[in-house]
Amino acid sequence: MPAIEILGLTKDYAVGFWRKRMRRSLDNLSLEVNEGEIFGFLGPNGAGKTTCMKLLMGLIFPTAGTARILGRPIDDVAMHRDIGYLPEQPYFYDYLTARELLDYYARFSGFSAAERRARVTRVLERVGLASAADVQLRKFSKGMLQRAGIAQAIIHDPRIVFLDEPMSGLDPIGRREVRDIILDLKTQGRTVFFSTHILSDAEMLCDRVAVLHLGKLRGVGSPGKIVSVEVHAMEILFEPAEGHSLPPGLAQRAMPVGGRYRLELPEAALYSAFDEIRACNARILSVSPVRQTLEDYFLGLVERAPQATPPVEAGTR
Amino acid sequence: MSAMPRVVAINTFREAVRDRVLYNLVVFALLMIGAAILVGQISIGIERLVIVNLGLSAISIFGLVMAVFIGVGLVYKEIEKRTLYTLFSKPIRRWEFLVGKYAGLVLTLVINTVLMTIGLAAALLYIGRSFARADVSILIAVYFILLSLALVTAIALFFSCFSSPLLSTLFTLGIYVTGIFAADIRGFGALTSSAFLKGATSVVYYLVPNFRNFNSIAAAAHGESIPFSLVWQNTAYALIYIVLLLIASSAVFSRRNLK
Repeated sequence: MPAIEILGLTKDYAVGFWRKRMRRSLDNLSLEVNEGEIFGFLGPNGAGKTTCMKLLMGLIFPTAGTARILGRPIDDVAMHRDIGYLPEQPYFYDYLTARELLDYYARFSGFSAAERRARVTRVLERVGLASAADVQLRKFSKGMLQRAGIAQAIIHDPRIVFLDEPMSGLDPIGRREVRDIILDLKTQGRTVFFSTHILSDAEMLCDRVAVLHLGKLRGVGSPGKIVSVEVHAMEILFEPAEGHSLPPGLAQRAMPVGGRYRLELPEAALYSAFDEIRACNARILSVSPVRQTLEDYFLGLVERAPQATPPVEAGTR
Repeated sequence: MSAMPRVVAINTFREAVRDRVLYNLVVFALLMIGAAILVGQISIGIERLVIVNLGLSAISIFGLVMAVFIGVGLVYKEIEKRTLYTLFSKPIRRWEFLVGKYAGLVLTLVINTVLMTIGLAAALLYIGRSFARADVSILIAVYFILLSLALVTAIALFFSCFSSPLLSTLFTLGIYVTGIFAADIRGFGALTSSAFLKGATSVVYYLVPNFRNFNSIAAAAHGESIPFSLVWQNTAYALIYIVLLLIASSAVFSRRNLK
């Protein structure tokens, strides 16, 4: 049984004040996420990622299509015991402290007072908020609120965690900690479904990704499958010897990078380039293949899409 | 109350306390102290009448302001601030949330009213009165005020499910004022020869809760007894409206897309 099963999910919004028109935010999305995998939901702003998450959480209702989470329909509230959700830019009751907030959310799972206390302390520690446990949320920074959001999403040990842009607002240390939490959840056998536009995070974490653009699914698969594994160039990083300058031919082709040079060239031209570099007493620091990254794929998709896709207007009300 | 609404209700009460809503008690206390001192100086045998009238009117007005202005933001604020996003990812149904929010504000109003009533009792003691059996009517009048406040809260909550606080305030106060004059409106309709006006005023009379039913301030101030039958009639009357309004609120809110 898939952890998440999305079947033709479509959402139209009414836009305009007087003359309402319908705009399609999500278009016939079908997707399956397996239990225990980290699934990345990629797409630029306005792609429909948040709309999809909100549909799955029952915050908005689909125009067409359906979805099942752990085999149960999305309008089954009891199923929410097994899921956790971090919304994009989470907002909380700012008159509560972090400890009170987590205790409040834990109450909905029916834990005893002692169990809640233990869980809250443990989760605060895990998201790095132990020292701010008794500070009111109105005094929290954006990054701290994000951590509190992650804490409430995992306080009840859900089987599936939905994270909408979990790295948003976090500094590099915070991002690293969130990555660790996501990997930790996977180790515990949990399913993580997270949306992001930070592609390096997706490449680093995800078993599979889906790419969404203008409400439509553009591709699903492992990051390695989505992007081309074919090597389409080689890259040489080298350092000229002290007091030596590069011959004009090489200097023209290589790009200076902080006292070193970077040369990108076809694989067939690699050995002749070695000879040129050796001839001017330069030191080769690294030689690496250049592959298409998820970012290349993503940018190509976004650049191509406006011509390739018809307008998303879905009609007039 | 089942577990989910109770959790929301306690948090709603906590929000009111942390937002310093109960500070109105300080104003009420100052009003009662001032009135008691003033009445003591111009004593002409109507101390009780003045203090009870003033005290119950203040309880009613302070409560009304709280019920309307907090009530209209009960749901709207949660939608605007998007605090519902995380809440509805928990195993709680939308109607349970509504009942919890409603109960939380009513709990706040009850505690506020009880504390004000204690203030009123203290003022009566200060002007040298001991309590008599007739003073039960003061407690009944307070109970009626609470019923009307619970009803106003349900109306405010209903509008809060689909309208902005400004419009909800106008609608709620509009219904409250119409409810106070419901009998007069029907009387006016009876005087006209227009069948349409007769019908329309009758519809208004039966549709809008008659808030004058809950006003026993004058009777309590004059020490008149209030029949017990009125207690259960008013209770049933308020409960029917409250339950219907909560069902309507739930029906509207359960279908609403949260932006």
